[in-house]
Order: sequence, then C-alpha cells, then structure tokens
Amino acid sequence: MSEAADIAAVPAGDRRARARRATFGLAAAVCAVSVLSLAQGPAGTSLWSALAALVTGEPIPLRDRVVLLDIRLPRLALGLLVGAALAVSGAVMQGLFRNPLADPGLVGVSAGAGLGAIAAIVLGGALPVGAAALVGSSLVPLAAFFGGWISTLLLYRVSTRGGRTSVATMLLAGIALGALTGAVSGLLVYAADDAQLRELTFWGLGSLAGASWPKLAVAGPIILTALALSPLLARGLNALALGEATAGYLGLPVQRIKSAAIVSVAAATGAAVAVSGGIGFIGIVVPHLLRLATGPDHRMLVPNAALLGAAMLILADVIARGVIAPAELPIGIVTAIIGGPFFLWILLRSRGVLDL
Amino acid sequence: MSLVVRNLTARLGRTEVLHRVGLTAQAGEVTAIVGPNGSGKSTLLRCLTGDLSFSGDVLLNGRDPRTIPGWELATLRAVLPQASALAFPFTALEVVRIGLEARGSADRTGIAQAVLARVGLAGFEGRFYQELSGGEQARVQLARVLAQVWHPVPGGAPRWLFLDEPVAALDIAHQRVVTDIARAFAAEGGGVVAVMHDLNLTAGFAHRMVLLAEGRVRAEGPPDTVMTDALLSAAYGCEIRVGVIPSTPFLLPQMPDRQPPLR
Repeated sequence: MSEAADIAAVPAGDRRARARRATFGLAAAVCAVSVLSLAQGPAGTSLWSALAALVTGEPIPLRDRVVLLDIRLPRLALGLLVGAALAVSGAVMQGLFRNPLADPGLVGVSAGAGLGAIAAIVLGGALPVGAAALVGSSLVPLAAFFGGWISTLLLYRVSTRGGRTSVATMLLAGIALGALTGAVSGLLVYAADDAQLRELTFWGLGSLAGASWPKLAVAGPIILTALALSPLLARGLNALALGEATAGYLGLPVQRIKSAAIVSVAAATGAAVAVSGGIGFIGIVVPHLLRLATGPDHRMLVPNAALLGAAMLILADVIARGVIAPAELPIGIVTAIIGGPFFLWILLRSRGVLDL
Repeated sequence: MSLVVRNLTARLGRTEVLHRVGLTAQAGEVTAIVGPNGSGKSTLLRCLTGDLSFSGDVLLNGRDPRTIPGWELATLRAVLPQASALAFPFTALEVVRIGLEARGSADRTGIAQAVLARVGLAGFEGRFYQELSGGEQARVQLARVLAQVWHPVPGGAPRWLFLDEPVAALDIAHQRVVTDIARAFAAEGGGVVAVMHDLNLTAGFAHRMVLLAEGRVRAEGPPDTVMTDALLSAAYGCEIRVGVIPSTPFLLPQMPDRQPPLR
C-alpha cells in the first residue's frame, strides 16, 4: 500500500519511482538492440523474411535457419548474459568496496582468468593427445574459468582472518597478485610463437564471435545463478555504504554478505571472461551511469545494471560486426572507444555536483 | 529493565584497555560515560554494542546481547558511531531509509520524513548527504539511528540508543536539539547511553554519569556526585574546580597562570 502511495506522490529525495521507470526503458532498449542484433550480419540472411516465412508457414531455407538459430541467436544470448554479468558484478564490487572505481577485476578474477587463458593458448599444444581431445576447443575457456576461480580463492584466503574479510587487504593483495600473474603471463607471452601471440591479442580484446550453444550451456547456468542471487545482496550493500560496523549494528550478517558478494562476482565474471575474453569498461561505466541517473540504491541499481549492461554489450557487438563487415572488430575495442569519451563527458558534466 | 555491566575486561590488540568495568544504566534515563581521552569510553561503547569481544557480563534488558540474533538486536538498540562515512551519493531521505531497510517496516518514507523533522531537517529530504554541512550530516545519522528503533519491541521491552559523542560536530543550538531528543527518548521509556566530552553539557542533560579513567570506573551516579573537584581532577590529571548553580554543577574555566580568586 505504501509502495503505491510512494509512486503517487513522490517525496523529495526518493528516487525509486524514477529508477522503476528506468527499468521499463532499459527493458525496451534490451529488446530493441536484441532485434537489431538478430537482424544484422554479413550473411545476407534476413530476420524479416525468416519471420514472414514462419508466419505464412513457408519452409525457411536451411542456410538461413543455421545463421539465425546457430550463429546469431547464441551470440545474442551470450552477449546478453556477459553484459549483464559484467555490469552486475561491477555494481556489487563497487558496493562491497564502497568505492565507485572498484571493478570485478579487484577480486583477482580477471588476472587469474587471463593467466589461465594465456597458459592454455601457449602451453595447450604440449598436452597429451588424449587430454587435448577430451577438452578440445573448450580448453581456453575452462583454463580461464579455473584460473579466475583459483586466484579469487587465494585472495579471499589471504584477506580473511578469524572469519572477518578485510576488503582493504583484499584490494592490496589483489594488486600484488595482479603483478605476479602479470609477470607469469609476460613470461608465457615471451615464450609464445607468432600464431599464439595473435590468438592472445584477440583473446585479450574480447569477442562474442565464439558463441555457440554448448558454450552457453556451460557459462549460462553459472551466470544466471549469480545474477539471480545478486538482488538478495542489495539491502546489505546499501547498509555497507555506511561502513561495516554500522551495517552490523543494523542487524545484517556482514561477513555472509561479503562472502556471497565475492563468490557471485567471481563466478559470474569468471564465466563471462572465459567465454568472451577480456571485455573491459562495462563493469565500471554501467553502474556509474545508473547511479548518476537514478541514485545509488542497490535494490534498483543491481537489476537496472543487468539490463543496461546487456543492452550496451549487444549494441557494441552490433557495431563491432557492422563497421568493417564482413570482418569484425574485437568488441573490447568498441566498448572502450565509445564508452571512454562518453564516460569522460558524463564526468565533466556532473563535475562539482557529485563527489565520489 | 536496565543495562548491567559486570567485570568487563576488553583488549585492543595486546593492550588491556578496560579492567573489570561495572556499571548500571536504567531505561528511562540518560547515562553519560565521561572521562579523559584514551580512558576507554569508546571501547566500552563498542563492547556494549557487540562490536568488540570482551570477557565479563553484559545484560541488556536481562539478556546477554552476544546471544541475541543480529536482526533482533537491531530492533532493541541502535548505535550512532563517532564518525560516519558514507559511500555513494545518497540523499538524506535515502540514508534514513537504510536504517529502516534492515527490517521490514511499513511506510518507511513516512517514518524517515518524521525523524528528519524531529532532528530539525524537514525540507532536507532531497539534499545529497555529501553536500550537507558536518552538523547536518551528524543529524541525518542521528535520524537514521532514531528510525532504526522507531517501532516498539514486541513484549514492550525498552529500546536503547548508544551514542558516541553525538554532539561533537554541533553548534550550541543543535547540541540542544540532540540532548532534547535523548531526554525525550528516555522520557518515553527508552534507555540512552552516550559517550560525552563536554562535562557542562553532560551535567545539564544526563541523569547519571559514569566517570572512566585509565580503563576503570572512578565514579558512578547523578552528576552532582560525580562532578566534584577531587574526582574530576584525579581523573583528568589537572586541576578542575566545580561550581554549582541551583542544582546543576558546572566547571569553572581554569587559566594556568591567572587563577581567578574563588573566595
């Protein structure tokens, strides 16, 4: 009842109604870019003629069906999941670290995933034939996922004493671990041959080109579970904005919230990085834009971040596929080229209004 | 109903900061904890609020707070820390609502508006917390704390406010706002335990005072029994003289080289 009253007469300082309207707008945007993504591609396959054929009952040519259902649709689904995972992970990390510049990379998942992927690319050829056949093309994503997971567990272990996790220690240990994994990665890159170097570069820039239903079947459930759990953290993250002690005084299980946040971010980001490589920027810019537009209340921020992250990544992918078609740009380049200046513009515009 | 502390000993790192502290605070009263810097006031408050582990007994309304589930404890007592940092640009209204969010509560916005008005911040709902003055921020935090224990506890047990230097950032008029709120909260049956620095202000609004020095309770009782030349001079380690106007004791300013003649 009070919720309805709140919408009817929005009290000053209450931005939930605006955030709810944003949810509808963002959901519409996700639908729009999804249609765009399905409709566009170098194959000349038309989504519209396929849909028309579906309606009239005519048979859809096999080639069109393959392009739509086995190439564009899994790519769209993967883009939606990865975009949502990166943006929600960013929002959760920023809430946990009480810092708008925090990024999923802080829990060590990106460094570890990167090292895992590089090791798989450079050393994968040395695997015994049987093992290589077993994992096949999944070797790089699997190595990335486990690399990310191991480094997160390591960081968590280092920064937890007596059942209490220090986020400050985690931040510092993350820098140390990042330097270490960077050094090992550097060694591997030094030892790599030319073909491997090219593969490494492309992996590092990120792409949705490798999307397939089997990959989705592995990464999808992990990301969806993490996304479904993250709204449960929202109240705790709001209280954490007042400091850990105060969150405890408010009756919240602070340590459980911290552990859950770290696990969900490591899982979602690990899975996302494993299947799409290093796509930067979404995790930091999406929550920030939403905070400027509708406020930092995590109960609205987390779901809206999922929508905006998904829409932004799909849009970036549409651009990446379109600008130099039939070739395509790595998507990480697109997110950075468009997102960077846009982010700077937002910061300049709001300078002096909002203190980080 | 009361807050009873017996034989409380606490450590910060390897240093024992509180030595066998004992005190009683009654619901319906304001109890002020005073003492020099480093005497263990804030540490004692952190023990009472469950933030720091200790040995000894604490009974809040007859129960050991360490055995009360966090969510239930949060309905029984609210804590105003000495300094409150806030990450992210929340509005004043949103900050107060966070105090209500931790438990399900109807009409959170209405309660938040009411407590903001109570601390003299009506009309500040939409202002960003980070853009408020230090004193206004302190009052927003007080409003958040009041909102947390807004609802009566099932069974009618008294609710408690633990305030760590609640007037430190405030001008004299807003100090009065805060002391009036504390007195009103006590008059409605709640208990207030406040760490205070300003002895004159404390003498005017606290029902009882607990004087700490070097981690031990040096005196406990109504202000006129604690505010004496001998007790205060010994506790603070400097010469202090106390005067009395009708019933309230107050400190006389002391100038080291220009002692005013008292006779």
